[in-house]
Amino acid sequence: MNDLQSLARRLMTLDDRIVACMKCGFCQQVCPMFGATMMEADVARGKLALVSNLAHEMIRDPRAVADKLGRCLLCGSCEAACPSGVKIMEVFLAARELVYEYIGLSPVKKVIFRGLLTRPALFNLAMRMGAPAQTLIFKKSRDAQNTVCAPMLNFMLGDRHIRKMAARPLHARYGHVDEPRAAGGLKVAFYPGCMGDKMYVDMAEACLKALRHHKVAVYMPRGLACCGIPALSSGDARGMVAQMKISLELLEQGSFDYLVTPCGSCTATIREYWPMYADRLGAGMKRLADDLAAKTMDINQFLVDVLRVEAAVPSEDAVTITYHDPCHLKKALGVSAQPRAVISANPAYTLKEMREADRCCGCGGSFNLFHYDYSRKIGQRKRDNVAASGAKVVATGCPACMMQLEDVLSHNHDDIVVKHPVEIYAETLK
Amino acid sequence: MASQALIKEFEQLLGKENVFSSEADCQSYSYDSAVLNPVVPAFVVRPTTTEQLGQCVSKLYENGIPMTVRGAGTNLSGGTIPDRSDTVVILTNGLNRILEINESDLYAVVECGVVTADFANAVAAKNLLYPPDPGSQSVSTIGGNIAENAGGLRGLKYGVTKDYLMGIEFFDATGALVKSGSRTVKCVTGYNLGGMMIQSEGTLGVISTAVLKLVPPPKASKAIMAVFDDIQKAAEAVAGIIAAHIVPCTLEFLDNNTIVRVDDFTRAGLPRDAAAILLIEVDGHPAQVEDEAVVVEKVLKENSAVTVHVARDAAEKNKLWEARRMALPVLARCKPTTVLEDATVPRSRIPAMMKAINEIAAKYRLEVGTFGHAGDGNLHPTFLCDRRDKEEFQRVEEAVDEMFDVALKLQGTLSGEHGIGTAKAKWMEKETSRGTILFSQRLRRALDPRGLLNPTKLVGI
Ligand SMILES: Cc1cc2nc3c(=O)[nH]c(=O)nc-3n(C[C@H](O)[C@H](O)[C@H](O)COP(=O)(O)OP(=O)(O)OC[C@H]3O[C@@H](n4cnc5c(N)ncnc54)[C@H](O)[C@@H]3O)c2cc1C
Ligand code: SF4
Ligand code: SF4
Repeated sequence: MNDLQSLARRLMTLDDRIVACMKCGFCQQVCPMFGATMMEADVARGKLALVSNLAHEMIRDPRAVADKLGRCLLCGSCEAACPSGVKIMEVFLAARELVYEYIGLSPVKKVIFRGLLTRPALFNLAMRMGAPAQTLIFKKSRDAQNTVCAPMLNFMLGDRHIRKMAARPLHARYGHVDEPRAAGGLKVAFYPGCMGDKMYVDMAEACLKALRHHKVAVYMPRGLACCGIPALSSGDARGMVAQMKISLELLEQGSFDYLVTPCGSCTATIREYWPMYADRLGAGMKRLADDLAAKTMDINQFLVDVLRVEAAVPSEDAVTITYHDPCHLKKALGVSAQPRAVISANPAYTLKEMREADRCCGCGGSFNLFHYDYSRKIGQRKRDNVAASGAKVVATGCPACMMQLEDVLSHNHDDIVVKHPVEIYAETLK
Repeated sequence: MASQALIKEFEQLLGKENVFSSEADCQSYSYDSAVLNPVVPAFVVRPTTTEQLGQCVSKLYENGIPMTVRGAGTNLSGGTIPDRSDTVVILTNGLNRILEINESDLYAVVECGVVTADFANAVAAKNLLYPPDPGSQSVSTIGGNIAENAGGLRGLKYGVTKDYLMGIEFFDATGALVKSGSRTVKCVTGYNLGGMMIQSEGTLGVISTAVLKLVPPPKASKAIMAVFDDIQKAAEAVAGIIAAHIVPCTLEFLDNNTIVRVDDFTRAGLPRDAAAILLIEVDGHPAQVEDEAVVVEKVLKENSAVTVHVARDAAEKNKLWEARRMALPVLARCKPTTVLEDATVPRSRIPAMMKAINEIAAKYRLEVGTFGHAGDGNLHPTFLCDRRDKEEFQRVEEAVDEMFDVALKLQGTLSGEHGIGTAKAKWMEKETSRGTILFSQRLRRALDPRGLLNPTKLVGI
């Protein structure tokens, strides 16, 4: 049997899930990628058909299928809207793994996912070394979002307006944290996520402040790795599993009631994909991942559902704020009321909904790295909706969305600030 | 194989980004929502102006290449599956401009690729209503709606797509521009070619723009749900409502299997032993709506409805509709393949049709769930199966054939709204006559001498 046949045979394991697609085409309405290109191969119906054709050896070019699979934000909008309940994300992730394995992971991705992200210390060092140099490389763009652009790095970063890496990441500021539980009180493991640790440190600190305010003890071990979603989306399940293992082992050593994260993508990954992929680490790790997944919660949800933070009446001179639903929070986890409640807990703001609040912003993690042009195009629609709402602040519950919003707003010279809901809430706390 | 030179010509005309010729892209235009085998086209063109649309058609005509027009590709009868491997697909989703919404003259002008729901929303923003609301409206295109004469939930009172088509512009097979109808309520200038293009399934011409009628929206509405232990009683209730001179805007039906499946999934506490649920909505002036709701309730009770529930507010109305909204999604989840049919019979024949559907399903050992538009006699028997199981699928095909036979015997029709395409072409003569087929074919040949527009669809050419 040649390689292609063996790839086809392995893809056939997805056949049961793919045939569940009744080809109704309803995913066209919600797919951000389709919205940008209006091409059938970019929507779930088209991608599923191509994977199926590859499995049935009707298409001979796995690279073409890999290319189409890569044109996807893995936002899950299609799956959430699919009347047939097709497990689209599972199929896409598994297909990416098999197809990329066949054609080989690109060398850049290999360095990032297997080299850097599985070695938190090295990753941190690389970022730390990069941070002071940023002043040389990044030129500050004059905008409300505090972003910088990188003329010298344009060849790699494109014309991105993104935040500087923090001079001192969260882990350097706090080290290993393991607070004692207050009598009868709660304790959580706080998982800041890569971006909470390195880029949106203020945001992560606001979360810690809120937890402190509610007298929730925190466990935050040193050396937590990436949740693994960037690797997994690039078809590098091995890299993802290696990263997950590091964090699992660290988290195993703590005792806590919940694991909370300020990142919709991390939460969704820990809840859905850790248990699914921990199989590969043996029964012990699988059990650990299952237990952890059951305890994992988005921080907004934790504040509202567990700590009972409530909305307040906005003051008269309240600032208008709007909220963008991160796909991984709303579509994967069903968390959409809680972040709004967290924002509304601050009377200095009044929440105004934008149109299409739950339409994907176009970041999609590593999608943004490899398809920046589409990412910007999708982001522009989001920006137009944000701007049309008239809000001065846009909040969102995922740092990846924050980065994307800052980028598109900055490019449009909008005087609109991007915040995490917990940052808004923390403003009310001493 | 498509000639590279021709592909180049199209790239020059439309821009490289609007000509798709890679193997992967072509494969993604080889299917639609029908459960049929795919056929991969030679390449796909996407005009972004109506002029380009005409140029595409004439270029293909000159080159003798068969063409299939495709909107969102959601039809259920294979209308957008290419006829042959040298077919070129003309994609209309680049023609998605709403050109005008005229609030004083109550019409709108749109390009063919406008998505139905986007259009309906734009119209609603001006406080007007475009009533045709097919279940696929969130993605279907106006061109596809016209070419299939799409209906929807509101069909009983408001009619279907054909009732809203005031004017049309289309390109004939050679690429010549044809215009018919106008922005006026009355217009008898020449043949009613818009009427001819309705449900033409891409076989008579390529629609470029349409003038559509708008209406003022109803000021109030009320939803009522009734549970029956006998389908016959439900049908009599339907007849009773119409006999009382009430035309509800929607009058929907769910059968027992659908009810049970929906309840399994939603745990909403639906009456699992009910033979049928009717969902009725009346709309119009608030006072009239109140009056009509009272009459409907009375008729339902007189016809031995087990329970009748009138929604008090929007939230309750939404809840009542939930069961109907979930019907297809729930049935679709049961088995890999969902064969969604739309056999339609005169209203009063629904009980006979339902009895036949369930007997046929039992005879062929198949699971079927039926829901649909009881007011129109338009049922959606949905066969749940796995297409990969060849023996089972054979039984499905036989069951569907037998079901059509019954529909025709009951003086019904093959298709209320899903179209003929290739899926039901073999049945055309049985419902109509040999003469109808020949007449239609002569019509096609006269208009499309080279037989290039969706040649194998409907009656063939
Ligand atoms: C889940 C589901 C629910 C549905 N519910 C309904 C319903 O409630 N009511 C209903 O009526 N239908 C329904 N349909 C069927 C389908 O959505 C309709 O027929 C719709 O009108 C098709 O629109 P489209 O843009 O997808 O057309 P396509 O599928 O792309 O095309 C349909 C036909 O129209 C032709 N065509 C398209 N554009 C043009 C043009 N510009 N000029 C000439 N010919 C053209 C094509 O060649 C083809 O023959 C449903 C389908 C699905 C999958
Ligand atoms: S919505 Fe689901 S069933 Fe429908 S085409 Fe998309 S993936 Fe398939
Ligand atoms: S995951 Fe998002 S981008 Fe990818 S196919 Fe689904 S809706 Fe489109």
